Amino acid sequence: MVEEEGFRRYVAHIILWIGIAIVAFPVYIAIVASTQDNALIANGQMSLLPGGHFFQTYYQTIFVGTTGSTREPVGNMMLNSLITALLIAVGKIAISIISAYAIVYFRFPFRMPIFWIIFITLMLPVEVRIYPTYKIVADLHMLDSYAGLSLPLIASATATLLFRQFFMTVPDELLEASRIDGAGPFRFFWDTLLPLSRTNMAALFVILFILGWNQYLWPLLITTRDDMQTIQIGIRKMITTSDALTEWPTVMATAVLAMLPPVFVVVVMQKLFVRGLVETEK
Amino acid sequence: MANVTLRSVRKTYPGGFEAIKGVDVDVGDGQFCVLVGPSGCGKSTLLRMVAGLETVTGGEIDIGGRIVNQVEPADRDIAMVFQNYALYPHMSVYNNMAYGLRNRGMAEAEIKSRVEEAARVLELSPMLERKPRQLSGGQRQRVAMGRAIVRQPKVFLFDEPLSNLDAKLRIAMRVEIRKLQRRLNTTSIYVTHDQLEAMTLADILVVMNGGQVEQVGNPLAIYEKPATTFVASFIGAPPMNLMSTRPEEIKSQLGGSASDVGILGIRPEDFVITDQTPAGGVALPLTVEAIERVGAETFVYGSREQEEQRVAATPGELPPGEIIVRIPGTEAPAIGAKIRVAAVRNKLHLFSADGRKRLEA
Repeated sequence: MVEEEGFRRYVAHIILWIGIAIVAFPVYIAIVASTQDNALIANGQMSLLPGGHFFQTYYQTIFVGTTGSTREPVGNMMLNSLITALLIAVGKIAISIISAYAIVYFRFPFRMPIFWIIFITLMLPVEVRIYPTYKIVADLHMLDSYAGLSLPLIASATATLLFRQFFMTVPDELLEASRIDGAGPFRFFWDTLLPLSRTNMAALFVILFILGWNQYLWPLLITTRDDMQTIQIGIRKMITTSDALTEWPTVMATAVLAMLPPVFVVVVMQKLFVRGLVETEK
Repeated sequence: MANVTLRSVRKTYPGGFEAIKGVDVDVGDGQFCVLVGPSGCGKSTLLRMVAGLETVTGGEIDIGGRIVNQVEPADRDIAMVFQNYALYPHMSVYNNMAYGLRNRGMAEAEIKSRVEEAARVLELSPMLERKPRQLSGGQRQRVAMGRAIVRQPKVFLFDEPLSNLDAKLRIAMRVEIRKLQRRLNTTSIYVTHDQLEAMTLADILVVMNGGQVEQVGNPLAIYEKPATTFVASFIGAPPMNLMSTRPEEIKSQLGGSASDVGILGIRPEDFVITDQTPAGGVALPLTVEAIERVGAETFVYGSREQEEQRVAATPGELPPGEIIVRIPGTEAPAIGAKIRVAAVRNKLHLFSADGRKRLEA
């Protein structure tokens, strides 16, 4: 770190503080709003200091839900989101580490074409293939199910590529030593490759969990039942009310709750995450 | 306990490149065989074929009376020490050594006793719980050795195991390896590009070049009677002086018996600075160009007066016209001085003009 002198350092700090304020202020507003009385917010008289409805609002949000368009308790939505995000993150890691293993360590017909097909799917995110994907999921009767929410999002070219790159840095001698030590392909994968990939898997898990948690378009399409909706869809439905007042404290509380799991995952896994990005354990 | 026999072993890569062009080697039970040669000569490929890591495209590999061409590496009863050690980075030293035994379904008590015995021999006992990254280069090297020892295999295979160590440690480990091999009396095949390692370790030395065996034999016998100019210049440091005998001066000195001699080789230590010409020997006038004093001995680099015909260039060979003379002590002629060096008849190595054949005078 270069030590900057006087004025320049203050300027830098001021810019950083402005940046922090831009990011943090809306979060602060959401937290404050979730503790206030709805009538005050609706009147436009919202205070910038926390109100006294914290426990009441959060109890209402988590266990009861709103009285408007979706009556589902947010606790249930969070559970749906959590299950979906976990299925997506774990599924993606499992599928891609196995396919990367196949591509890097085995010689089979059409190995490179298969690799390129996987690579090309990078250009086909859910939004592009949304109609055929919806059709398939609907035909398989997977609408309004965890399978429907997670399966179409599990195949991942990005993660496969990441593991492929990592496997290619693992010295060949390790595989050869394993062969001489009597470890077959399965044992080499389980005893050597998986432990070595631990930090990479952790880093990917953080990214993929947040990606899964923040899914909006796909759950919006395939969930119709309230008890299957994810928290992201829930917030959206709560805001749109046809004839009643939007219950802003509940909406804000939901937003705050929606932020918590990703924050939790990042904080808990940060150490592994950084190690996975910057260092390979060799 | 096993012989290793290679019978016209060949390796041709799918692209048509011939890495090994028919190699016959016979390593007796308990012998230490060293494969030596410049990089790209196929020595590592040959070792990996014995290990089963490379397929054999021709010939037979026989370990202990069993042809193993189609046998998986794990079932060949061999253990290998890799150049970069290939330790499992996430496993402790103990587990690194125990892994191969566990995969074979050995009882944990037996594994424990074998690993502890190996650790005791290799002085690794205090670090059995450490991970490889917490060890120094020399310690990692010993763990790699330990992994091979605990298996009690028929054959040890070493793929340049000392080349990642610093010079001092390399010499110490070289002695260690030799002592260990003598004690365990296990047949070993060792690959190196370092001719000093090759000379000091080998019972049988196999000098390879371009996928072929140039010469097989006892290291000293090879040193004293190299079969080709390649072997002559590869084994020995500094390398043997090779010169064409075209200048009539030399030919006449050699006498009529050597009329078909094309190349004359003289080791640096076989020269003496003298004005005499020994009977049947060779004397050369030199201009001193450089002096290297290394303490116990001094290397004198001189150039011959007449320009030389270029002799088949091989790694380690001197440029044409340059002669190295090795003299004991630190007394040396001044740079630029004109001197005469001579070698006696029985210190001369004579080769055919293409360098492929040794001629006995």
